[in-house]
Amino acid sequence: MAERSFKKEVEVLRLGANQVFTGEAILAVTKALLECGVSYVGGYQGAPISHLMDVLADAKPILDELGVHFENSASEAAAAAMLSTSMHYPVRGAVTWKSTVGTNVASDALANLASGGVTGGALIVIGEDYGEGSSIMQERTHPFAMKSQIWLLDPRPNTQSIVDAVRHGFELSEASHTPVMLEMRIRACHVHGSYVTQDNVRPKFTLEDARNHPRRDTERIVLPPASFSHEFEKIEQRLPAAIKYIKDNGLNEIFDGDLSEIGIIAQGGLYNGVISALRALGLADVYGETRVPLYSMNVTYPQVPDEIEDFCRGKKAVLVVEEGYPEYIEQAINTILRRAKIDTPLMGKGCLPEAGEYTAGVLIAGFRKFMTEAGLEAAMTPLPAPPASQKEVMANLATGIPPRPPGFCTGCPERPIFSAMRLAQDELGERHVAADIGCHLFSSMPPFNIGASTMGYGLGAASAAGLNIGKGKRSIAVMGDGGFWHNGLSSGVANAVFNKSDDVIVLVDNFYTSATGGQDILSSRATNTFRSTKHPLEEAVKGVGVEWVKRIDHTYNVNSMRDVLKDALTTKAPGPKVVIASSECMLNRQRREKPLVRKAINDGKRTVQEKFGVDEDICTGDHACMRISGCPSLTLKESNDPLKDDPVASVDSSCVACGHCGEVADAAILCPSFYRADTIHNPSKLDTFLAPLRKKFITWLQARRHSRRLSEASSAIAGEAR
Amino acid sequence: MSASLSNDQPIAIAIMALGGQGGGVMQSWLVTLAEQQGWIAQSTSVPGVAQRTGATVYYVEMIGKAAKRPVLSLMPIPGMVDVVVAAEWMEAGRAIQRGFVTPDRTCLIASTHRQFSVAEKTVPGDGSMDPQVVRVAADASAKEVFAADMAALAEENGSVISASMFGAIAASGALPFPREAFEEAIRSQGVGVNASLKAFAAGYDAVSPAAAKPLEMTASSAAVYTSERRMSGGTAEQQAAFAALQKRIERDLPPVAHDMAQTGLARVVDFQDTAYGEEYLARLQRIHTLDQQNGGEARNFTATQEAAKYIAAAMTYRDVIRVADLKIRASRFDRIRKDVKASDEQIVAMTEFLHPRVEEIAEMLPRKMARRIENSRFLSGLIDKLFAGGKRVRTDSLRGFAMLYMLSGLRRMRMRSMRHYRESNHIDAWMRMTVDILPQDYDLATEVIRCRRLIKGYSDTHARGMSKYDKVMQGVMKLRGRPDAAEWTERLRRLALKDVDGKELDGALKTIASFESSPAR
Repeated sequence: MAERSFKKEVEVLRLGANQVFTGEAILAVTKALLECGVSYVGGYQGAPISHLMDVLADAKPILDELGVHFENSASEAAAAAMLSTSMHYPVRGAVTWKSTVGTNVASDALANLASGGVTGGALIVIGEDYGEGSSIMQERTHPFAMKSQIWLLDPRPNTQSIVDAVRHGFELSEASHTPVMLEMRIRACHVHGSYVTQDNVRPKFTLEDARNHPRRDTERIVLPPASFSHEFEKIEQRLPAAIKYIKDNGLNEIFDGDLSEIGIIAQGGLYNGVISALRALGLADVYGETRVPLYSMNVTYPQVPDEIEDFCRGKKAVLVVEEGYPEYIEQAINTILRRAKIDTPLMGKGCLPEAGEYTAGVLIAGFRKFMTEAGLEAAMTPLPAPPASQKEVMANLATGIPPRPPGFCTGCPERPIFSAMRLAQDELGERHVAADIGCHLFSSMPPFNIGASTMGYGLGAASAAGLNIGKGKRSIAVMGDGGFWHNGLSSGVANAVFNKSDDVIVLVDNFYTSATGGQDILSSRATNTFRSTKHPLEEAVKGVGVEWVKRIDHTYNVNSMRDVLKDALTTKAPGPKVVIASSECMLNRQRREKPLVRKAINDGKRTVQEKFGVDEDICTGDHACMRISGCPSLTLKESNDPLKDDPVASVDSSCVACGHCGEVADAAILCPSFYRADTIHNPSKLDTFLAPLRKKFITWLQARRHSRRLSEASSAIAGEAR
Repeated sequence: MSASLSNDQPIAIAIMALGGQGGGVMQSWLVTLAEQQGWIAQSTSVPGVAQRTGATVYYVEMIGKAAKRPVLSLMPIPGMVDVVVAAEWMEAGRAIQRGFVTPDRTCLIASTHRQFSVAEKTVPGDGSMDPQVVRVAADASAKEVFAADMAALAEENGSVISASMFGAIAASGALPFPREAFEEAIRSQGVGVNASLKAFAAGYDAVSPAAAKPLEMTASSAAVYTSERRMSGGTAEQQAAFAALQKRIERDLPPVAHDMAQTGLARVVDFQDTAYGEEYLARLQRIHTLDQQNGGEARNFTATQEAAKYIAAAMTYRDVIRVADLKIRASRFDRIRKDVKASDEQIVAMTEFLHPRVEEIAEMLPRKMARRIENSRFLSGLIDKLFAGGKRVRTDSLRGFAMLYMLSGLRRMRMRSMRHYRESNHIDAWMRMTVDILPQDYDLATEVIRCRRLIKGYSDTHARGMSKYDKVMQGVMKLRGRPDAAEWTERLRRLALKDVDGKELDGALKTIASFESSPAR
């Protein structure tokens, strides 16, 4: 790992039988993998499953003891392809990624894997990035499972159920020779809870055994005629085997209730939400006792027809709680009931909204509607009357609360890239800018308003290809170093070379993948004992044939950043113009450096602490600096000068002295209000020699001037009131 | 079956935070606290991109141990949240908006400080939103409100806002645990314990019933202006001349305008000298005389009051000399040392980011010289090469300070400079217009005075302000004679300050242009 240490978490992985694990669920999954005798793990980082990758990356000694191989895969496709190890060999493998984006990338390998089937258990831990806090398009992983016949576990979101699902996942996979997905929503990944651990298990059949005794079986390879027989095998053998395992092991759960004429079928992952909403209506308690019978579908694909028929038979109404659209589960249940000639009315979308996250509020409203339609309104606690002033209060808040989308952190090295791009466009005209996935996508929001599209990780340059006609104004494509190594090198850069693009590609290089938490990649600057790093982007780009490459090693220098962009946009050189903008991610850099600075000061080493500031008597309160920065630490301050109407600019204490505000004030010729103050700790001999001389000279001149003129003594000038 | 349900309820806590504020730290303290007290706690969050400065919610439920394991919620249930912790004032409003704050059960604990959003910051005028809206909403929606500036308390104690907020939660009594238990939770986490405990105590005391005082809502905690009405330094003659000017204000101007006029006078004298102060008072007197003649007394001498403010602001334009003058003052050095919390013996180096253009350099010179430079491509090119462009000046060094000192010394020849000539002409034109309008339309004249607010910033920003001012003035010409002229001018000014490009202003001007073809309403 590049920037953070997960030593504490790694220790948790050593817990043995009958000890108690306490922590986040995604860490529990990591531990459970080892308890299940996993042989290899791969994946691609991204919220909400980054933690699994980060912890394993730091767990080399434990993994070595257990004979477990861990890879930071180059992409989700690479991770999925890794699972082919379980095709022929009786070894358990697990991979993880953020979905649905990662599943999109992985789906080629997944489809091949699912077609041939597996011998050893193959588990895909899916971080379902859906609903509040999500950073991607709102889709479901469910249809990927359906189309490739991969089983989809959706456990109840408590640590024990999730850990059980890992164990069952491997066993189900082996029992049905099918890869299994374990889906965890964002909050479930981060839920804090506990479970009783077991000993880690060393696999009996090792990867070394596999390498030394290679196996092959053409029947498992996706090639005619085997590919045709796979389809039948999936339906005729693997599916029944899976359903049998699910039934025999009681993977789905029924919670009985006294209102037996109705029932709820819910995705397992929504169980806590369902119980909480029922609790709000007086239909359940905090211990999970419910008055409405509940079928918790912990395996959402495949469904178990017998269980569903038994649950629904004879009921007046059943509600399906299925988040997202289309309502695959509801449709499937309808088909099951129809085939079994059961006429229980099924409700789902209609009582509940078709789109959007099923938050507690949404579920409460939906259940209220369901209960009312089922004629059981009286069973619910009546709604408390809202306060009389509520309507007015809400109306005022609707316009009175500022929107607060995420943006660049204080000191982010990407901010100056877009300030420079703004300035370059001011001079050379607006350009089509194809954006990419990564923090740099925040450029598309105010104050920069740069970026027209985002087509997928590493696809920034590829998404500008449609405009590659060599005429008119050159377009700009932005791509991060993470996306570059993920696929952008071939899909974007090599593609532009091959198709003789004349446009500009800006590679944002922050020394590691920053948006996902600071994981190492090929071009990381850090030394990593377990990975090969320090492969510069520049060489890769030149290697695929780019001739015009320029690198900026200090993006905060807005002037040179702007000039190189202008150069790229105007040069007569043929072929794609690649600008590499390199500066380290400030969030991670601060995490590393803050303690070091503190230590250096304590150790008596000469240390300079920098901070930027604004002279409020020079600032006129026009906020031009903020319109080209958006830095959280550059903010408004009510002016205490009665001659000023508008708030002035101010740099708050969160400033990390990246220098962007001063650079922008210079590059855009904004104003002379900015200054940098360097506080020197443990001064050197030269410092202590010079300082009194300077002070004497300056104080003398100041006194001289002061005695010859009148100076305002008010706080607006002197700043005494601060 | 389960006809009898348990009445046990967990305590639900929603933490409204901004990415980077350390909401996760508070969350883990809460979980530790509950677990150390033998309770069961469950927490969830949605980090990811929200970590990057966006608004986000952390959620904790806790319940005493029972025979059965509880099924806790992973997200706040509207109407069932017991404690809402808002680590920024507007985020308290967001919690209310999302239905998390209800009068029957919710204890709202909020920090009153503002962390301005990009939308608020990028407005050329004052884009900050009204904190009072949230105050009213909080009083109407919460069972109890505990509020104080938790960010300031944290900073004073060298810690983070989570610590002071955690103290406020302890003091609120919303959780059934003693203060010591909270402190123990902080201790057991092991990071920055002493600073956290100090901030915790400060947060605790700030909302304790003994300390709680009625909340004053201001947009920020800026200090109140203290006009001491005296000038420091200078010679005895200069002081005497200034005192005489001060007396003139008390003698000639109505009491309601004294404060602003004294402030204006001090600023103008600080900018140049007492002679310039006299000029200021002469201009002000001209407006005031007219004000008196046109029923100003009944209007509280609004025109005089506004003129006192804006004439001073206009006369103290920001040329290179003024900037240099402000940069080298001893009071500024002290202010910066205070800002970076430097001790008396510590060395603080200062670097200024300056970027004078040829225009500003030429304007500093006497009119004839300036005009020659402005008209000669060769001369402006030379000056550009020699003096203009981005500069980093170390004001704590001999060279840098001496340079700015010399520049500020050009004050003596400022009255002959091109910049002064242009500024004076502009002020005169503005005053002529005011004087011209005042007898016919008192309110419009006052609005014209206020339009001076549009001119601010440096270089391009200044030019943009100027052009907006000009546009509004053209609008005023068209509006003259209409009964709603003042009202429209006020609107034009407001729109001009709303967005940079002045799109809304242009729209309004188009509407005004259409008046000419139709009679006044």
